[in-house]
Amino acid sequence: MDELKDVILKYVIDEYADEDDTVTCDTPLISGGLVDSFSMVSLKRFLEMRYKISIPDDDATPEAFDSVDKIADLVLRFTSK
Amino acid sequence: MSNIGSFEERVKNFDWSISEKELGYKEGDTINIGWYCSDRICQMGKGDRPALLWENSLGEEKRYTYEDIRVCSNGIGAFLQKLGIKDGDRVCLFMDRVPELYIGLLGILKIGAIAQPLFSAFGDESLYVRLENAGTSAIITQRKHASKVRKILDQLPNLKHIIVIDHDLAKELKEKEIAFSMEAGRLDELSIFPTKAESPSLLHYTSGTTGMPKGVQHVHYSLISQYLTAKWVLDLTENDIYWCTADPGWVTGTSYGIIAPWALGVTQVVLDSGFSAENWYRFIEKYQVTVWYSAPTAIRSLMKAGEEVVKKFDLSCLRHLASVGEPLNAEAVVWSEKVFGLPFLDSYWQTETGSIMITNFPGMLIKPGSMGKPFPGITGTIVDAKTYEPVNEIGVIGLIAFRPGWPAMMRTYWKNEATYQGKFKHGWYLPGDRARLDSDGYFWFIGRDDDVINTAGHLVSPFEVESALLEHPAVAESAVVSKPDEINMEVVKAFVTLKPGFQVSEELELEIMNFIRKKLSPLAMPQDVEYMDSLPKTRSGKIMRRLLHAKEWGEEVGDTSTLEND
Repeated sequence: MDELKDVILKYVIDEYADEDDTVTCDTPLISGGLVDSFSMVSLKRFLEMRYKISIPDDDATPEAFDSVDKIADLVLRFTSK
Repeated sequence: MSNIGSFEERVKNFDWSISEKELGYKEGDTINIGWYCSDRICQMGKGDRPALLWENSLGEEKRYTYEDIRVCSNGIGAFLQKLGIKDGDRVCLFMDRVPELYIGLLGILKIGAIAQPLFSAFGDESLYVRLENAGTSAIITQRKHASKVRKILDQLPNLKHIIVIDHDLAKELKEKEIAFSMEAGRLDELSIFPTKAESPSLLHYTSGTTGMPKGVQHVHYSLISQYLTAKWVLDLTENDIYWCTADPGWVTGTSYGIIAPWALGVTQVVLDSGFSAENWYRFIEKYQVTVWYSAPTAIRSLMKAGEEVVKKFDLSCLRHLASVGEPLNAEAVVWSEKVFGLPFLDSYWQTETGSIMITNFPGMLIKPGSMGKPFPGITGTIVDAKTYEPVNEIGVIGLIAFRPGWPAMMRTYWKNEATYQGKFKHGWYLPGDRARLDSDGYFWFIGRDDDVINTAGHLVSPFEVESALLEHPAVAESAVVSKPDEINMEVVKAFVTLKPGFQVSEELELEIMNFIRKKLSPLAMPQDVEYMDSLPKTRSGKIMRRLLHAKEWGEEVGDTSTLEND
């Protein structure tokens, strides 16, 4: 789980954070304005590619993507299927 | 009783002087939006009234009275003057939804300079083309966005000052950067520049099918339209708590997110945060929002979040809802009536028109899915796309057309008068949208008349995205069209061919998506990239976007006689 979170956190920081942003696993990403709904599409695409999963649109909600912790839970849910 | 009263009576007796009189303006007078939105309200004895209640994603709150926004905007104006900014100079606002963005706009206008608000999610390329075109002298920004400006600074000889509103004293300022604190810079007196009706006020950039974005130039007289439309369509009164969810990087966020509510002395609330249905409802309940002006994409997102979340909050404070940006589908109107007890009333206008043109008014019969009727004083119709003559037959699709002459109409495209003139045919201004009329005079939106993509209410130029795609090392050719999307109405889709040596892969697709997101903006990022061996072209070599668009929308392809490989 920690490794999974590390990978997601690194991707979020590299791709979406500005230089002054401090991002941790519980930082609100969508409601905090760090990742907008359009950018969420590329984040979803990354997760699907990296973990060979398919996340249905109904599960790819702003709430489910709102922190690295929540995203990791989501990924686990689909990798264990 | 609503502010507009009887729509029919207003249409019969309409004159823009109604607005002029209420604002105490006479032809030839000085008219300065910055003054009207702050000093005038204070002179009316309402300086203690709250003008802005602000909250961010961390839960931090700020509160500004009209006296606060008066002295804070004075301070910003004086600071700019000390830097040598004078009337007519372009000053860009490049910030998230922080108070300095809203109040800064007034400060710029007070000294007669032209405000150029830009969406803070723009990447460096999008920022560059707009600053370069405008010849911008100064940019007011946050330190988190300053790095984008630094990247392009060498290519912008006119840009002399980068004003950072939240400078971290522990860090060194870079070339041309200067720190400014709005709180520390409060100033009681500022000589307001005597702008006249036709003095330039704002420069908003909008995308077209071809060429780079165009700077839509507005003037201070636009206030006359913005004030009255907000009063009659949004039904704003002094007792309202008003929430416009649009970002001031776009025209709704300035016309109805700054100018109109403050000219009316209304209290407005701002949430500087990303979207979350629960957070939005909490915000409405907490601040007791009464009038809510939002966008179809947001409303559809709320619909998707479901009705259960609505029930967690007491939203009985809401009394009037309106929407703008894209066509509001009938389902959204019906849904809002069911869950809020109020329908969202659709309004139609665009960056160029500066104020609401066609709308559903409080008190009128709402036909869900319809755009409504033209605002009093606006002559609007449907014209034939070839002859530009009004279409008299009910239900026939044509181009939306307006007789020019309302106060908020753009005055030109910045350094692009020829394109501006091209927007007029046979005495009509053509906004570039298609619609039909019903037998009761209601307009029904059909779609754009060009290839511009309307995603979540924001226009994206396919040309701009195609140009940026060609800068990716793997892309040989590109074509960009819209594809349907349940929430955003349309999203960007790219078709590309690859250069020799590059292989089709999911990794490359994601790389291309992120490349555009960072270079242009998240809105412009293709949500789908399709690889092709070759793009459909005419025999003269022009890419036939039309065919790709038809494929995405499941439409008839139409005439393919000019197709290269046909």
